[in-house]
Amino acid sequence: MRWLWMFILFLPGLAMAYEAQPLAANPQAEARLKALAVELRCLVCQNQTLADSNAPLAEDLRREVREMIAKDMSDKEIIDFLVTRYGDFVLYRPPWKLTTTLLWLGPFLLLGVGATGLVFALRRRQKKVTDVTLSEAEHTRVEKLLSEGVHRP
Amino acid sequence: MNRFLIPFGLFIVVVGFLAVGLTLNPRELPSPLVGKAAPEFSLQQLHDPEKVISSNDLKGKVWLLNFWASWCGGCKEEHPVLIRIAQSGEVPIYGMDYKDQRSEALAWLKEWGNPYQIVAVDEPGRVGINYGVYGVPETYVIDKAGVIRYKQIGPIREDILEKKILPLVRELQKQ
Repeated sequence: MRWLWMFILFLPGLAMAYEAQPLAANPQAEARLKALAVELRCLVCQNQTLADSNAPLAEDLRREVREMIAKDMSDKEIIDFLVTRYGDFVLYRPPWKLTTTLLWLGPFLLLGVGATGLVFALRRRQKKVTDVTLSEAEHTRVEKLLSEGVHRP
Repeated sequence: MNRFLIPFGLFIVVVGFLAVGLTLNPRELPSPLVGKAAPEFSLQQLHDPEKVISSNDLKGKVWLLNFWASWCGGCKEEHPVLIRIAQSGEVPIYGMDYKDQRSEALAWLKEWGNPYQIVAVDEPGRVGINYGVYGVPETYVIDKAGVIRYKQIGPIREDILEKKILPLVRELQKQ
């Protein structure tokens, strides 16, 4: 009986642990894949990058990019490969084009509109403040009212 | 009165944008491949693994390429429409079994019926990537010269078939 217990006690010792396997044999290629994948959009879950997504298509596209890196293609060639198939939508940074002008300039346009509106509003307010001039009688009345307020319990 | 006019005007503009935004489908991305040559493929056939189906064999006729899979819910939804097209004989449909298992795909077709002339097997999804597939079902209308003329993302509905796909097919067949 005791031998059986000993056997059970040492049984886990037979299960050997290994060092965690690196993701790829070539860490340099993996770093390039990572740098590219954060710039590319997953088409299935559209608000995730290719690096973040677990969708099967994202896995396939990462495999595809990995193979292109292994073939020593440049970043531009790899991105062009994806853009010709999926369109500009795969890029998180859309290129400057006629159709994307509003997208790139829109925020600045809105900022300009807001700033001009603010300037106009402030000017108008300033005018309102300076326009009011008090006569002598009004002045004494204001002082009287203010001093009364102080004395109120 | 004037004080409220500007915020109200802005409100109307924002509502307008939102109203238009609600009618758009963010999942439907325009394909850059429409108007370009359909990517070539040469793949094993589903029903006869010994045989190969190549896109070059299909030149000279108008055909539909339908990406589907047995695991895909939308494929089930559009299946009756595909069967109807097949029965009418108006245009041949070629299937692309996308990231699927042969036994499952065969069982699926046996159970629901086979609308395809030939089914090609794209198990690793590589041909899918070449065609810019990002979700099944997707269907391509390809003309006699092998150029993609239309891409349907998601299930083909009756109204899309009648209003878009069939008129386009008829026009292309006349060319």
